[in-house]
Amino acid sequence: MPILSYLALPRDGAMDQLCADLSGMEYCEIIPADNQEVVVLVTDTPDDKSEKTLQETLKKIPSLQSLSMTFGHNAEE
Amino acid sequence: MKLDRRSFIKSAAAGSAIAAAGSIFPGISFADWKKQEGASGQLIWKKAPCRFCGTGCGVLVGVSGDRAVAVKGDPNCSVNKGLCCVKGFHVVQALYGKDRIRTAKVRKGNKMVEVPISEALDLIASKIQETISQTGKDSVAMYGSGQWTIPDGYVASKLFKGCLGTNNLEANARLCMASAVTGFMTSFGIDEPMGCYEDIEHADVFVTWGNNMAEMHPVLFSRMLASRKRKGNVTIIDLATRSTRSSQASDKSILFKPSTDLAVANAICYEIIRNDWVNWDFVNKHTTFHKGKTNIGYGTEDHFKFKDAPQGITFEEYKKFLEDYTPEKAERISGVSAMDIKYLASLYGDPTKKVTSFWCMGMNQHVRGTWINNLVYNIHLLTGKISTPGNSPFSLTGQPSACGTVREVGTLTHKLPHGVVMKEEHRKMAAEIWDVPLANIDPKPTYHTVEMFRALDRGDIRFMWIQVTNPMITMPNLNRYRKGALKDDRFIVVSDVYPTPTTDVADVILPAAMWIEQEGMYGNSERRTQHFEQIVPGPGETMSDTWQIIEVARRLGFEKQFPWSEDEYIEKIWEEYRRFHDSPKHNMAPYSLLKKRSGVQWPFVNGKETRWRFNAKYDPACKPGSDFDFYGKKDGKAWIWARPYEPAAESPDDEYNFWLNTGRVIEHWHTGSMTRRVPVLHRAMPESYVEINPEDAMNLGVVNGELVKIISRRGSVTMKASINGRGVPPRGMVFVPFFDESYKINEVTLDAFCPISKQPDYKKCAVRLEKV
Ligand code: SF4
Repeated sequence: MPILSYLALPRDGAMDQLCADLSGMEYCEIIPADNQEVVVLVTDTPDDKSEKTLQETLKKIPSLQSLSMTFGHNAEE
Repeated sequence: MKLDRRSFIKSAAAGSAIAAAGSIFPGISFADWKKQEGASGQLIWKKAPCRFCGTGCGVLVGVSGDRAVAVKGDPNCSVNKGLCCVKGFHVVQALYGKDRIRTAKVRKGNKMVEVPISEALDLIASKIQETISQTGKDSVAMYGSGQWTIPDGYVASKLFKGCLGTNNLEANARLCMASAVTGFMTSFGIDEPMGCYEDIEHADVFVTWGNNMAEMHPVLFSRMLASRKRKGNVTIIDLATRSTRSSQASDKSILFKPSTDLAVANAICYEIIRNDWVNWDFVNKHTTFHKGKTNIGYGTEDHFKFKDAPQGITFEEYKKFLEDYTPEKAERISGVSAMDIKYLASLYGDPTKKVTSFWCMGMNQHVRGTWINNLVYNIHLLTGKISTPGNSPFSLTGQPSACGTVREVGTLTHKLPHGVVMKEEHRKMAAEIWDVPLANIDPKPTYHTVEMFRALDRGDIRFMWIQVTNPMITMPNLNRYRKGALKDDRFIVVSDVYPTPTTDVADVILPAAMWIEQEGMYGNSERRTQHFEQIVPGPGETMSDTWQIIEVARRLGFEKQFPWSEDEYIEKIWEEYRRFHDSPKHNMAPYSLLKKRSGVQWPFVNGKETRWRFNAKYDPACKPGSDFDFYGKKDGKAWIWARPYEPAAESPDDEYNFWLNTGRVIEHWHTGSMTRRVPVLHRAMPESYVEINPEDAMNLGVVNGELVKIISRRGSVTMKASINGRGVPPRGMVFVPFFDESYKINEVTLDAFCPISKQPDYKKCAVRLEKV
C-alpha cells in the first residue's frame, strides 16, 4: 500500500498539460505551485502491482521532464 | 482510525514534497495546500544518511514500534534538500528480507552449521593466530568496503596494521575510487574534492564525463535539472561512450570511443591555449607543469610493479606535447568531431561561464584512470575554474562511505588514518594514538585488491576476513579468484546481512547488523561526515561489524587497544580517530555536533565547515595573504600534467570484435544483495540484460529479449538482449549491468588496472557475441 510523493517538473511550456495528465490518472493527487512550474504529486496505490503499473505510466508522460521522489511509505496496515 | 492514519501519511508525503520544493525553488508557493493537523497514527522520525550511494542524501526514517516503515528526504540536509531516489525511499525494506542472516554459521565438513556467535568469534581468533604462526603475519588479510561505517574501517586498521602488524588491509573502494585518489594526490597532493554540491546551483555549464548521473546520482541530477529550469541559461553536456537517460535529459550528448577521453581532454586544453583562453594570472601563480612515464602497462600479470617518475617541464614543453592533440587529430582517435571538441573548449574557456565537471566510474575504472583525472583537472587549472562556487572539477563517489571510511580512515594497504605507512612520522603518530610499539607498523605496503586476491589464489594469503562487500560478484576475471578462495587450505570469514556468492565460499559467516540497526558514521563525496544512531534493533544475533572486530581483537589479546564498552564505543572511537586529523586541513567535527546535524563538512575549523578548499575566502588552511593555496603540494602549486592517450588493455579484434562495458542501474545497489530483496525494486528490474546497438542486433539476428552469449578470453555469460532500452551503446559495444548474481558478468571482464591507482577497468575488454 505505497504512498509516495514527488516533485514533478514539466517540459518547457507544458505545465498545464502536466497538471491535466497527472490529475487524470488513477491514484494520483497533485498540488501545483502557483508561482513556478513545479507540481507536487502524491500517489496512493492499493498494492505493489498497481504501484508498478503507475510507475510505468508515469515514465511515459510526454509533458513530464523529471520526477524526484521526496517521501515513501509502504507498510502493511 | 485506518483512514485517519492513511490521510495523515498522505499529508506528511505532500508536506515533504513541499518542503523539498521550498529548498530547491526559493520563494515557491502552494496556495492550494491545506496541511492536515492532528491526524492519528503518528510515526517517530529519525535522521540518517541513506544506506546506498555516495551522494549521501539525508533521510528521515519513520519508525512505528520497533520497525522502520517509512522514509522521507530530510529537508535539513543540504545534500538532497528533501529529495530522495527510488532506492532511498525503499531503503528500509532492505532491512526486512526473509532470508536475513540472523545467526553465525561455521563450515563443518561440507555443511554450514549454525553456532552461537561467540563460538564463531573464538574460531576466527584462533584461525588468525594459527595462520600467523604457520605462515607469517602477511598471510592473514582483511577486505572491507566503502559501505563500512567509519568506526568499522578504523578498528580494522587498528587491528591489522597496529596490532597484527600486517598491511594486508584493503577495501572495495579500490575498485571504484582509487584513481580519483591518485588523481587528487598527483595533481594537488591531497585527497578529496575542493568543491561541494552547492556548486550545482552556481554553475552555468555542466560537463559529465562518462557519468550517467540520471541513474547513478539521481538526486544530484535532479538538482542540476532544477537549476536549469530555474535559471534558464544552464547547459548540460553528456560526454560518454553510450547513450543513457542522462544523454536524453542533457542539452547535448557527445559520444567518444572507449579510452579516448584522454585525447579529448588534451584537445580541449590545446584549444584553450590556442585561443588564449588561459587564465594566466592563475596559471602563473598557482600551477607548475609536469610529465611522467609513458607506456606504463596494464597489470594483468601477477607481481606487476610500477612507479611513476614525475619530471618538471616548462609551459612551452607542455604546449608542444599538446600538438599531438589538435581537435582534428583527436577526432581521428576519439570519434568526437573537431567541432564538438572546439565547442567544449569554448564552454570551458568562456570567462563569463562557471563550469562544473562531474565524473565517477567512467573515469576511475579506466586503465589510465589517474591520467584522465589529471587531464580534467588540467582544463580547470588552465582556465582557473576551480575552488570557487560553480567552478568545480568534481569526482563523485559510488559508495556511502568510500570517502569517509576508505579514503579518510585509510583502509588501503599503503595508508594510515593520517598519511602512509612508508613515512616514519605517520607511523609514529599512529603508534602513539593506537598505543602500540612503533615497530608493529610495517613500513612496506603489501597487496592492493587485485593482487590480494591473486595472493589468496597463489597461497601467499591463507586467511581472509571479508566485511560488507561481495567480491565473488565484483572481482574482475572472477573465475580465477573464486577458484582461489575455494582452495582447500584457505580460510574465509564473511560478515554480511544476506546470503551471497561470497558467503557461499565462506568457512565462517557472521550475522551483521545493517545500517540503522547500529550506530555509525559515513562520509560522502563532498567531505561530509554523517552520523546515524541505532534506530531499530537488528534481528537474531546480528552484531555491528565494528563490534565483531573488537570481539576478535580482544580474543587475540588486544584488550588495551580496544577497551570500550558497548554503550559508548562509537563515540570513543570517533574521538580517538579525530586526533589523526587535528589540523586546519582536515579537522573533523566533534561527536556531539555530528549527532545533532544532518552531516558536517570537513575541514571543520573554528566551528565552521569549509565548503570550497584551497580558496582563501573559504578555507582557513590557506596561507595568510594568498588568494588560492594548493597546500597539498609543498610550494602551494597544483600540477598540470602532460599525459598522453594510450589504448585500453584489450581492444576488439577480429576474433573478439565487441567492447564490453559494465555498470549499474538506478533500481539496484551494487551487487543487488539488498535491493533485489525489496519487492518493488526487484519487480522494476528483475534481471540483468545485455544492451546491444539495434544495427548490431539486426546483424546478429537478435530481437529484444532473445538470448545472447557474451564470450571473452576468460569466460562467458548468456543473457537476454535489450535493444533500444534505457541505454543504447554505439555499434561495436555491449553494456551489461553487474547487479544480478545469476549472470556473473565479471567472469568475462579483465583484471587489468591503472598502474598508478591499481583500480581495475570494468569498462573495457573485448568480447564476441553469439545468438543462442
Ligand atoms: S541518490 Fe543515493 S543517497 Fe540519495 S536516495 Fe538515492 S541511493 Fe540514496
